[in-house]
Amino acid sequence: MAQQASINKTLTIGEGGTIIAFIALAVFSIIVAAKAWTPEYAFHAYLFAAGSVAVVFVIFNRYFSRDAAPVPQEINGKPNYNMGPVKFATLAAVFWGIAGFVVGLVIALQLAYPALNFDLPWTNFGRLRPLHTSAVIFAFGGNVLLATSFYVVQRTCHARLAGDIAPWFVILGYNFFIVIAGTGYLLGITQSKEYAEPEWYADLWLTIVWVTYLLVFLATLWKRKEPHIYVANWFYLAFIVTIALLHLGNNATIPVSIYSSKSYIIWSGVQDAMVQWWYGHNAVGFFLTAGFLAIMYYFIPKRADRPVYSYRLSIVHFWALIFIYIWAGPHHLHYTALPDWAQTLGMVFSIVLWMPSWGGMINGLMTLQGAWDKLRTDPVLRMMVVSVAFYGMSTFEGPLMSIKAVNSLSHYTDWTIGHVHSGALGWVAYVSFGAIYCLVPWLWDRSRLYSLRLVNWHFWLSTLGIVLYISAMWVSGILQGLMWRAYTKLGFLEYSFIETSEAMHPFYVIRAIGGALFVIGSLIMAYNIWMTIRSPYAAGEAKRPQLVPAE
Amino acid sequence: MSVWAKHQIFEKNSIVLLIGILIVVAIGGLVEIVPLFYLKSTIEKVEGMRPYTPLELAGRDIYIREGCYNCHSQMIRPLRDEVERYGHYSLAAESMYDHPFQWGSKRTGPDLARVGGKYSDEWQRAHLANPRSVVPGSIMPGYPFLAKTQLDAKNIAANMKVLALEGVPYTPEMIEKAESDLFAQANVDDPGAADLAKRYPKALARDFDGNPGAITEADALIAYLQMLGTLVDFKTYDKKANVR
Repeated sequence: MAQQASINKTLTIGEGGTIIAFIALAVFSIIVAAKAWTPEYAFHAYLFAAGSVAVVFVIFNRYFSRDAAPVPQEINGKPNYNMGPVKFATLAAVFWGIAGFVVGLVIALQLAYPALNFDLPWTNFGRLRPLHTSAVIFAFGGNVLLATSFYVVQRTCHARLAGDIAPWFVILGYNFFIVIAGTGYLLGITQSKEYAEPEWYADLWLTIVWVTYLLVFLATLWKRKEPHIYVANWFYLAFIVTIALLHLGNNATIPVSIYSSKSYIIWSGVQDAMVQWWYGHNAVGFFLTAGFLAIMYYFIPKRADRPVYSYRLSIVHFWALIFIYIWAGPHHLHYTALPDWAQTLGMVFSIVLWMPSWGGMINGLMTLQGAWDKLRTDPVLRMMVVSVAFYGMSTFEGPLMSIKAVNSLSHYTDWTIGHVHSGALGWVAYVSFGAIYCLVPWLWDRSRLYSLRLVNWHFWLSTLGIVLYISAMWVSGILQGLMWRAYTKLGFLEYSFIETSEAMHPFYVIRAIGGALFVIGSLIMAYNIWMTIRSPYAAGEAKRPQLVPAE
Repeated sequence: MSVWAKHQIFEKNSIVLLIGILIVVAIGGLVEIVPLFYLKSTIEKVEGMRPYTPLELAGRDIYIREGCYNCHSQMIRPLRDEVERYGHYSLAAESMYDHPFQWGSKRTGPDLARVGGKYSDEWQRAHLANPRSVVPGSIMPGYPFLAKTQLDAKNIAANMKVLALEGVPYTPEMIEKAESDLFAQANVDDPGAADLAKRYPKALARDFDGNPGAITEADALIAYLQMLGTLVDFKTYDKKANVR
């Protein structure tokens, strides 16, 4: 062997292992595709094969262009942060967000004007609704969580992200899962578990990606230079671990064959209902709450340039929140065949949950102590603070709706949809937008956003949209609930079902207008981000505020 | 050392933090889920409950595929107006063979737990093809393609085998006869109808989609809809037998 270079370039174990694993997956996928029982499943198998071949190609390509020496952990004494995966996930979040909001607008319009279903299999409401929920929760929200968690864990640990290929595997593998899940719904591949519709093979793939995610996150924590783990990382860790637990429990299923996309969940009836809402409510609690509270704990102090209001409050509300949330699931099953004791437990814990939820809200809002004036001048900070206010509002509304007497009216109606959207649009999306507006200039090293005026437009248009949305749903939900239980003087039910359904029409139109405003706002954001990345104003590293450790 | 200082053990050790989180989040789920597998009220056996026939099961799979659960619940709550509108409140036992359950969470359309027998096959056909032809104010999507799509029944026995593995009482005979039972149920005067009724009491055998020439997805879906909530006879149901 010629000794020309000082270090011989060789394939690392990670590169070699990845290549072997993906060649094996490609071969396996092609066999499955050839023998698949349905063309829809064959299509997915071919996607797996194409994806695997692409991975092998990319790794070889990278090998031939990279330096022989491994990427340095530090350059000039400063951590050599790995921001490539973070950038990808940030842009993916913007893309999926807009896609998910648009599908939401389409299905809102379908409920107002049913002709828009076009009476085709792949455009009907029943298939598009899971596409909307998964796109906004898992594709948009998930990419925001991946991007921010990989950013925050590096910054707060002063260490480069652990792993070489693993972080990219997490980001790309997760987005591949999104593609499989979304195309599956359109093709009729679903296991009909709300917010967990993807079938067994997509679930299996997500499990591999998620375990890698946990390992990358943990291994980065192990590299930290700080003795303390920053509070945002507690929330990220709780989110990652608990989602893994929920995913495995709720998706316990037996496939009919490896050549079939169909599987049957091992739980049935009452037990399945309880497992489903143990999962479903804690997808809210850990995906949409704990994960986004982590964002709040990093980005609001950063943007406001203030330390977190109370360290003790963050300890108390962290443990209380994760302990109590898990119990709240049965409030989705009030007055059903689930035993009363379980319903009552669910109700009681849901009401108690109000306290740790507001603990988080108070900690977020009070962090602005001494910096309230920034709300006037900084629309990004305003967006994040309003998101915390929405968090407070919907975590007050939630316990209210979990009271059995209230739930007997609200359950099965649009009130639930309104409640979900005040949390999803007001809290989750707003804190995400805030984080994205912060992240983009930091990641692409720009001194500022392209335009704060456009952020203002985004803020006001979408706030108006949210207000229209949730008030339309409050009215339609309570109206329909009251109509269902209305009696005439003679003791007969006053309205037929279809009369209550027809009464919803004006509110469905108003809701769609609200949704359209929200979509327009997100398009403005996408333009602003595009222009920021294209703008030539580079910023220096020094301008960034340094983080105060959690003590 | 104050309590707050003791918390440092979690903040300084990621594995301790991880284990702490796991313990804290496990408790609620264990307390609420585990008892449901042995409490009498949730594993009650009720006279009349039987597994789905192959045709009904195929219909149920289509119900799932099209996402019907997004707008229709199958869970009647014991509230006065619901019992009057939809019928007897749903029992735990009535979904004991449902993998997964179809209770739903939203009633954009009405509850379907007891829709079986409420409308004629002809009404169901017309309604599925174009809901507004029979309910002018309906906002339900049309599913005209169901009556035009041949039912893919070749895997029905494989599907039933998995369900049997999960505890649904399908006998080897039921699995062996799955395909012939499916055809027998979707035809008029099929010689296998008597056998079918022996294996699956109360099974309705007829040409559900009004097209004797073909067994379509509409056949399966309507067969499923027409049996929903009809298995338990509430004239003889003993409420006290499974007191909670």
